[in-house]
Amino acid sequence: MTRFLTVLFLATVWFAPSAALAQQNPGPLQIEITEGVIEPLPFAVPQFIAGRRVEDQAADITRVIAADLVGTGLFREIPRDAYISNITNFDSPVQYADWQAINAQALITGSVTMEGGQLVVRFRLFDVFSNEPLGSGLQFVGSPDSWRRMAHNVADNVYERITGEGGYFDSRVAFVHEEGPKNARLKRIAIMDYDGANVQYLTDSRSLVLAPRFSPDGQTLLYTSYETGFPGLYTLDLATVTRRPLAERIEGTMTFAPRFSPDGQRVVFSLERGGNTDLYLMELATGRQIRLTEAPSIETAPSFSPDGTQIVFESDRSGGQQLYIMPAAGGEARRISQGNGRYGTPVWSPRGDLIAFTNQQRGRFHIGVMRTDGSEERLLTSSFLDEGPTWAPNGRVVMFTRETAGANGAPAIYSVDISGRNLRRVSTPGMASDPAWSPLNE
Amino acid sequence: MRHLVKLTFFVALLGLGACAQTGYLGDAPINGTGVASDPNSVAYFNQTVGDRVLFAVNENTLSAEARGILDDQADWMLRNMEYSALIEGHADERGTREYNLALGARRAASVEEYLISRGIAPSRVNTISYGKERPLEICSAESCYEQNRRAVTVLSAGAGS
Repeated sequence: MTRFLTVLFLATVWFAPSAALAQQNPGPLQIEITEGVIEPLPFAVPQFIAGRRVEDQAADITRVIAADLVGTGLFREIPRDAYISNITNFDSPVQYADWQAINAQALITGSVTMEGGQLVVRFRLFDVFSNEPLGSGLQFVGSPDSWRRMAHNVADNVYERITGEGGYFDSRVAFVHEEGPKNARLKRIAIMDYDGANVQYLTDSRSLVLAPRFSPDGQTLLYTSYETGFPGLYTLDLATVTRRPLAERIEGTMTFAPRFSPDGQRVVFSLERGGNTDLYLMELATGRQIRLTEAPSIETAPSFSPDGTQIVFESDRSGGQQLYIMPAAGGEARRISQGNGRYGTPVWSPRGDLIAFTNQQRGRFHIGVMRTDGSEERLLTSSFLDEGPTWAPNGRVVMFTRETAGANGAPAIYSVDISGRNLRRVSTPGMASDPAWSPLNE
Repeated sequence: MRHLVKLTFFVALLGLGACAQTGYLGDAPINGTGVASDPNSVAYFNQTVGDRVLFAVNENTLSAEARGILDDQADWMLRNMEYSALIEGHADERGTREYNLALGARRAASVEEYLISRGIAPSRVNTISYGKERPLEICSAESCYEQNRRAVTVLSAGAGS
């Protein structure tokens, strides 16, 4: 993880269009993500102009930017062999007519140079049919090995300017890497960029490990491990890759399903004693544990609201698993899931507006979203086994585990828009489960 | 490796070994199996008494058949006071990970409570849940699921915990 520590990361506005232009409405170059059917917006991204000895990086950076945008399902890249003119000088005026002729609504131009040992990436975004730039030119400066992050930053900026939503490409995903046959699985905690690049393994396969969760600053993971022989909670510092038990195990109990509070000061989790599982809260500074629920039913999979005042969780107090919301200090819970089947693994959106969940009905598993009062439920996916959604930093996309059936059944990570569109398998080096999407990298 | 060899032997005897590889050690006795003809051996406990009970979907209630097996387990443990037991609760794959962990714990606790009610000292039994993490049978059909919804009594020498 030194990669993320050593990067000197500067994003500066280096070319500002006139104030009048900058304040203009973006005009036609705009995607409303909430709209119904979306025709992907066609864009062109000619290979960034390369300075000396950075030709490969320029090609790679351009490729990653295009892949980020196309991967959203909101954009379509116009192939380069359709280009009428090309960009040979980053500072030359853009021939809008040539890009209009191939129906490129957005044009992204850029340059990549090496300056004083640092990689410098500059880009501009143009609204082709308005004949003007969309926003300011930006430059990113970083160590040469941070080129992927710089590419993701360019793509995040393009995405933000066109959709008006926060980007999510400069982020990571922690997950469980799986190996071996179904009845003897070996599991390891791993982390990668959101697009599957830069995989790093964080634990070995000696102990069964489950469900990593990010701290709000993205620097620490919480997870469940059978390291002592019994399931217990651990933290893992990503900068140093050192792990610590969160608390000493109380004989006769097991702990699992941990999640940080939005301020990073508390952890909510399930503690099982004598067969009964309830929710507890632990203050990290003092180690003090507070019991939040006290019922003979199973209470598990808790998740904080982004403002830290409430907790959504699953319980089978009414029979099957359903979703409930209670105050973060405990107290009366109200049931929010009202549809068919069983509901589990609720996760509050970072935007606060939606809760993603797993639904089980008629032998099928679904990932879905609902408003926090349970209304406007939408099932986004359907398969033999889908479970465990995790939110993109902008609250527009979820990743989840999809496992196939049978003796050779295998888990993989998928992503889907909250509209239910753009279902994609996320690239992983092997079987993978339990994704946790990080906040945007700092 | 020693464990694996033993396990293969054990599984073959039970006739549960339809699957290619059963690498999960938890279902195997931790200490010497002995000979099944010796009624004080772990092998006898596992094979003749029966080391596991099965559960209905999402249930942790003990069937009459399960209670019969646990009666025999308790009798055996009362005759063999040097053994303690770790009860492992398991679930089939048709549930979410966290819920299945909690469900496996409920099943293990049902067995633990029953054994204690039959006179086993609480200090001799402990529980753990593996949720759906350690299936014994790997097909995606009820014939496998019913074998996986189990609580297994794993003996080890040395009473108390």
